[in-house]
Amino acid sequence: MSNSKKLDKEEVRLMKGNEAIAHAAIRCGCDGYFGYPITPQSEIMETLMEQEPWNTTGMVVLQAESETSSINMVYGAACCGKKSMTSSSSPGVSLMQEGISYIACAELPCVIVNVMRGGPGLGTIQPSQADYYQSVKGGGHGDYKLITLAPASVQEMADHTVLAFELAFKYCTPALILADGVIGQMMEKVILPPFQPRLTEDEIRKNTPWATLGKPANRKPNIITSLSLEAEEMEAINLRLQAKYREIEKNEVMFEEFSCEDAEYLVVAFGTSARVCQKAVEMARSEGIKAGLLRPITLFPFPTIALSNYADKVKGMLTVEMNAGQMVDDVRLAVNGRVPVEFYGRMGGIVPAPDEVLEALKTKIVKNN
Amino acid sequence: MTTTEIINPENLVYIKPKVLNDNPMHYCPGCSHGVVHKLIAEVIEEMDYQEKTIGIAPVGCAVFAYKYLDIDWQQAAHGRAPALATATKRLLPDRLVFTYQGDGDLAAIGTAETLHACNRGENIAIIFINNGIYGMTGGQMAPTTLVGMKSSTSPNGRTVPLNGNPLDITKLLAQLDGTCYVTRQSVHNVANVRKAKKAIRKAFENSMLGKGTSIVEVVSTCNSGWKLSPADSNIWMVENMFPAYPLGDLKDL
Repeated sequence: MSNSKKLDKEEVRLMKGNEAIAHAAIRCGCDGYFGYPITPQSEIMETLMEQEPWNTTGMVVLQAESETSSINMVYGAACCGKKSMTSSSSPGVSLMQEGISYIACAELPCVIVNVMRGGPGLGTIQPSQADYYQSVKGGGHGDYKLITLAPASVQEMADHTVLAFELAFKYCTPALILADGVIGQMMEKVILPPFQPRLTEDEIRKNTPWATLGKPANRKPNIITSLSLEAEEMEAINLRLQAKYREIEKNEVMFEEFSCEDAEYLVVAFGTSARVCQKAVEMARSEGIKAGLLRPITLFPFPTIALSNYADKVKGMLTVEMNAGQMVDDVRLAVNGRVPVEFYGRMGGIVPAPDEVLEALKTKIVKNN
Repeated sequence: MTTTEIINPENLVYIKPKVLNDNPMHYCPGCSHGVVHKLIAEVIEEMDYQEKTIGIAPVGCAVFAYKYLDIDWQQAAHGRAPALATATKRLLPDRLVFTYQGDGDLAAIGTAETLHACNRGENIAIIFINNGIYGMTGGQMAPTTLVGMKSSTSPNGRTVPLNGNPLDITKLLAQLDGTCYVTRQSVHNVANVRKAKKAIRKAFENSMLGKGTSIVEVVSTCNSGWKLSPADSNIWMVENMFPAYPLGDLKDL
């Protein structure tokens, strides 16, 4: 009894990143989760099914027949102004791209979680960051962007679930939580977000007047579609989307700096790579190398201005990723040739070790200065 | 009788349902879609469900169904309407949720979504227009195209070795425990229009009673795709489509 009471308050708990997402979703008033099992994120739906939130908050949880179906269930739920989400891992998220493109074009809010694994193809179940391009450059067909959050801890898995819904509804656009197998599977201390009630239907009608909840006599039908046969009309929709993305770039950039104040060399990494790089930066500092770490928390919008500013201060940058070098393109665009930007990465499910990163920093950046 | 006298209320014998708006339909003259739209509008109006209905439009000729019925609509990706309907109905259980899908949408690209929504027994109604052809894209072969039937991608007629067999998906759906009402109708004459309307009403009522999934297949004409006049299309449908897709209830629990 005392235990269950404590759960409502701020309490430090130990759990996997995947479990933290499930608990945070229930607590932040999510209306519906639709998913399909895939390693390494199946604990999200397993936790939800075990928690049975339909008996407490009224949240709907459904195991769909495919990722294609999951994302289209999310599309239907989002059309109704409901807080809905799905989760998957790389191959499953590839299957969702058609639906994500529709949702982005229809300007609907939803949350998608990708706990990345090594690819391409069926790949491996080990952690990876190889879906960076897919996440921040569009992914599906047409010109669109996803708000992309990159958690680096179990705490951020919980916090970003809440934040992703807030941003998705603020801009009426899908938000993606781009985690990886390490963050999904590892157990850490976490303080879960406070309980928020699910929105009532009156609140939904007020907050999202476009929602398809049934047409009262005093309004026109709400029609949610991504189709416009007239090119002029479709261009206008595209211009509206692009204006929204520029607004997101202006307002929502998030990043974290570590040992950057006097840094001569900047390491740039997100998610699990950033955890490794933090240790590598500490090791470099102990050897007298003035290294710092910039960790983008939002991958779209990307911390372009912050990186551009560092280009005036540091001698070189090293981007570290668990892929063949994807985010490094965006770092180079931000720096625009002013300082050398080098890359170090591992692929196929391998997590780089801090000493590998330190060695890369020395040989690729420090030695050349 | 003058025109003014004709439009006097006491002379009124038929009125267009209010749920059906005045937008000119884009459907070809002779196409069955317009009749089925009108029947759905009449049923929604008679059930007094305009404020409680959410329609899910497909990809195909009926993608613009949302232009003609004054209810809330979601327009799904090709084949995914039953997935949208599943989530919508589960989140809004007191609403009437129906999908409107063609044979390509429902029985080819959307087979998985259709079959699993029906198997879960989602409390939705599925209106299935089967004209054996892809109308919107210009008359290509559909899963329901008959053997020997010509289309732009089976120009010499469908053959089993090359194209496989026509898919009687309605028969398949009737086997599933989640479906409560599976029926095949047509709208090519007055008697059948009346029967089809009754079927749509029953499907909608079943959804609201929580009995499971209801499917109303309407065997339809596509005179443009079939390269026949509207009148000849009806004759061709009776002679060729009905033997392969016989009318009547396949399941009624």
